[in-house]
Amino acid sequence: MPARTDTSQFSTLSTRAIAVQSESEPKKRQWVSRDTRRLMLALLPAFLVLAVFYFYPMLTVLVASFTDPKPGLQNFEWFFSQSVNVGVLWRTIYISFWVMAICVVVAYPFAYFMTMVKPSTRSLLMLMVLIPFLTSTVVRTFAWVLLLQDSGPIGSFLSLFGVESLGIMRTPTAVLIGMAQVLLPFVVLPMFSTMSQIDRRLLTAAESLGAKRVKAFVTVYLPLSLPGVAAGALLCFVMALGFYITPAMLGSSRETFLSTLIQGQVQGLGQWGHGAVIALMLLVVTLAILGVSALLGRARGSAVSDMVGGSKA
Amino acid sequence: MNESKSSTRIVLSIFAVITSIWLVAPMFAVVPISFAENASFQFPPQGFSTRWYESFFSDPSWLRALGNSALIGLLAAIVAVPLGTIAALAISRSTSRLANVAQMLMLTPMIVPVIIAGAGVYTFFLQTDLVGTIFGFVFVHVCLALPLVMIAVNASLAGYDRSLELAAASLGANPLRTFFTVTVPLIAPGVAAGSVFAFVTSFDEVIVSQFMVSPALQTLPIVMYSSVTRSTDPTIAAVATLILVSVLIGFCFYRFVVVPLSQRRGAKA
Repeated sequence: MPARTDTSQFSTLSTRAIAVQSESEPKKRQWVSRDTRRLMLALLPAFLVLAVFYFYPMLTVLVASFTDPKPGLQNFEWFFSQSVNVGVLWRTIYISFWVMAICVVVAYPFAYFMTMVKPSTRSLLMLMVLIPFLTSTVVRTFAWVLLLQDSGPIGSFLSLFGVESLGIMRTPTAVLIGMAQVLLPFVVLPMFSTMSQIDRRLLTAAESLGAKRVKAFVTVYLPLSLPGVAAGALLCFVMALGFYITPAMLGSSRETFLSTLIQGQVQGLGQWGHGAVIALMLLVVTLAILGVSALLGRARGSAVSDMVGGSKA
Repeated sequence: MNESKSSTRIVLSIFAVITSIWLVAPMFAVVPISFAENASFQFPPQGFSTRWYESFFSDPSWLRALGNSALIGLLAAIVAVPLGTIAALAISRSTSRLANVAQMLMLTPMIVPVIIAGAGVYTFFLQTDLVGTIFGFVFVHVCLALPLVMIAVNASLAGYDRSLELAAASLGANPLRTFFTVTVPLIAPGVAAGSVFAFVTSFDEVIVSQFMVSPALQTLPIVMYSSVTRSTDPTIAAVATLILVSVLIGFCFYRFVVVPLSQRRGAKA
């Protein structure tokens, strides 16, 4: 089809011409560049909605922690004087940490396996990860309640062997199982996208230079996959901190999360200031984790890029 | 060496199967309970009946909640998808430093625990009389859905070749026409995924929603949540089964209709 090649040639040429033209356009020195103004215009609708219905309410909570019912630090005094609050704060961090650990350990081999199989199997595995993500949280957690209760299928099965009660329901174990199931996609996806970019021939190269397979994996593949692991782990940890329904339905009152505490204070007891100060603590913990990981990531990121550079050289 | 490689593969595949079972199988526990004869969550369920489905379809409060959730989810997706898509396109094209800040701010609702904004929404809506309004629900859910829409569209923008747009422009298409005939078809998969995520986010939302519901306006997840925390009523198992079945139908539709069609189109082109 000669005509077609002609047009495509023409289009590449004129594309180039336009590209050159736009580059050669004299850049006007302005307070905000044209690019920035365009960006701001395009973002305006989304940010209007976010500002009114997300950031403003959030700000009122943070302000209320200092001003409700009267200006001062009495809400903070209340928070730290109640051992329940501090206990819930630590437990939220502790359980979230373990959820992250479980997710990383499960997601790593899963994501690695996804890079090894053929595309159709891969998309099937992807669906498996996405199904719990797309099914209602309440449905999913309710299903765990049915399964893990003492009179559930696992409990009934075990009772055939003389085990009196399963005893998982309303324990931290139940909360961990339920939360890890929901958060797994957020760990698998970044891990998989990092791993799928790793050149597997590096492993062959390491082996051909005499490294044993395990050593080749640990010294070559693992460091290269770390950015994906870090991204997934961070997302998982931070998202776990805000969980509400799963700990409330699967845990006992001893596995209460900060979110449940906030809801109880604000809606249940009408203690707006108390709820606000707990919310502020939750935000501080979240930001602290993000900050620490950003610092660590910078240090580790450079180490990783050194290694990549080293292997290229 | 090949032997050890294939043994690694076998171990990994067994592991992947176990993980998949852990991810998907537990949800089917709701099915037998939904067909139980008596009002109990006990296993194995006694007898067989469809009374919990009848109870769902004959109870106006369940049906109204379902209708509200579907309407709010649809409206939230309709608002969030264009806003999120335009924002994602603009951010990906901008060289401005502001773009990174904007992206971070837009992802905030996904990362910062949603209860913080939720508690604020409670007083804000009480002051502005937005409690129990569809309008309030929709716009709060839009905020929560925006990050997911953006992530989905961003994913489809990876490997996007902008010279195609320049080509269209050079052939005489105006910007609007270029956008709809070149850009939109290329990012369509991301936008479609974003719409699904937006709807699901809204349809599932409990945490902020419990601060916005009024006796007159309840949503399905809220009614389910209060049912499961207050009583042993297998109607929730029937609802859960219905939701599960619709998700599975959606997946089958995607896998056996959408994917083959798009592959055929890809092969033709």
